[in-house]
Amino acid sequence: MTMPALATRGLDKRFGSLVVAKDIELTLPPGERYALIGPNGAGKTTLINLITGMLKPDKGRIFLGENEITALEPDARVKCGLVRTFQINTLFPHLSALEAVTLAVCERQGYAGSWWRELPAYGDAVEEAYAILVSLRLAGSCYRPTRELAYGQQRLLEIALALATKPKVLLLDEPAAGVPQGESAELFSVISDLSRDIAVLFIEHDMNVVFRFAHRIIVMVGGRILVEGTPQDIAAHHRVRDVYLGGGRHG
Amino acid sequence: MTSSALTEPQRYLEAQIRWRPVEIAFWLATLLPFVLAPNYLVLASQIAITALFALSLDLILGYAGIVSLGHAAYFGFGSYTAGLIAKWGWGEPVTGLLMAAAAAGVLGYVSSFIIARFRHLALIMITLGFGLLLAEAANSASWLTGGADGLQGVRMWKLFDVFAFDLYGTTAYSYSLAVLFLAFLVARRLIGSPFGLALRGIRENAVRMPAIGAPARAHIRIAAVMAGLAGALLAQTTETVSLETLSFARSADVLVILILGGAGRLYGGLVGAIIYMVARDQFSGINPQYWYFWIGTLLILVVLFLPNGVLGGMARLMRFARSRA
Repeated sequence: MTMPALATRGLDKRFGSLVVAKDIELTLPPGERYALIGPNGAGKTTLINLITGMLKPDKGRIFLGENEITALEPDARVKCGLVRTFQINTLFPHLSALEAVTLAVCERQGYAGSWWRELPAYGDAVEEAYAILVSLRLAGSCYRPTRELAYGQQRLLEIALALATKPKVLLLDEPAAGVPQGESAELFSVISDLSRDIAVLFIEHDMNVVFRFAHRIIVMVGGRILVEGTPQDIAAHHRVRDVYLGGGRHG
Repeated sequence: MTSSALTEPQRYLEAQIRWRPVEIAFWLATLLPFVLAPNYLVLASQIAITALFALSLDLILGYAGIVSLGHAAYFGFGSYTAGLIAKWGWGEPVTGLLMAAAAAGVLGYVSSFIIARFRHLALIMITLGFGLLLAEAANSASWLTGGADGLQGVRMWKLFDVFAFDLYGTTAYSYSLAVLFLAFLVARRLIGSPFGLALRGIRENAVRMPAIGAPARAHIRIAAVMAGLAGALLAQTTETVSLETLSFARSADVLVILILGGAGRLYGGLVGAIIYMVARDQFSGINPQYWYFWIGTLLILVVLFLPNGVLGGMARLMRFARSRA
């Protein structure tokens, strides 16, 4: 068996008496696309926060490849190749798209602390940032300030920033949140075109998109993993139908 | 580097940092006081020093978004260091200046470990408390600092062994202006560098920074060096150091100056310092007792009508004019 790209062992987290994660065992093989689904409040974003270190788990361990990263700070986890995007745009409003992605590239290459040479001198970083923007079809607007970009473009820039860190594991928190349904398929085609060196775990509510793009689906309810399986397994699973697909969630 | 060898994205980034004609005009205009207002060179020197102080605050406030109410700590520390070095027998200005700046840098280095851990209100309180602590320490150590009487007996040697610090301020202004310009060049270069981009990233979105792999950095150090430079200049050109250099009022003034001129713009502190110092000079002439009333009025008007400072307002005006043309 190959080493999983990402694995969690017995993650627990509670806020007071509210259990937001209980005994989370998750294994993401290299290059796979997994979907994380579940009703609102199931703990999906909390799980991403735990994995990326933005929340500290009460118990449990997290592994990236063969390295344990449980004790690392969020920025150190990014350096190891674990990166996330945000459900609500978390961008740099007054930086242009090119500047923002160049910033992320500079951080990865260790240039971001150097202050004597000006940005154009770092041609390789700028070129790499531009190439990422081209691959996400953002080249045409990359000189405009982020806040002036169309909403869909800002969602793509979320992903561009993550890609600039050269991740091995990419966690996408509702990448198509707020994007009209017709465009969300286009956004996901960009995601499915990503390099197969990157393992992707994405949260998504649109079941059409999930069943189309995910190799496997993990269903969370009430801070626990209810079931994990192929799209066919999940579609046939009676408890998933009960708690999730059947009802409970409207809109 | 020739721009033809650059790719399009690089050319765009290069255009961001290119010298604009208005900048060259601004720096040429700083020479005007020698010709037009030779009686005001002392004031001009004070303006240059205040501008340098405001520039240093701009680096952490305007670019990194760190609100500090104790920035005078570095200014005063540099000031006392420069004053003491001269008092103890080494009156050479340039080396004294560098030593004072280094001392302020060390203070910045030490304090950065605390400051980098806080944000928002807690940060304001920490910097305020830090500033008050240092001011009170200087007050009680009167054997060293002269306490409330100020540091006396500071004697500067001639600058480069040629130019004496005279009463008219010719040397003082030339010296302060030169240091300001050099520090500005450093700041300008820094803002255009990857480090400067990272500073802006912190200001724009501190939450996102760790998510792209940026560690929490202690950004205050270089600003501390610059504030120390400004303080040292004041000590050297006035040949005295008072407790006021460490005071809360000085921290607050420089904040006002930066907001007046426009934070987050390299020239914001410079323009703010000119407006504030000239206004203070004029208002205190017209109305010696109540001149703070007019400063207050000016501040309220600027914040109400020019939320991004005078420079922000001018930029908006330019955009408006261009869109009409």
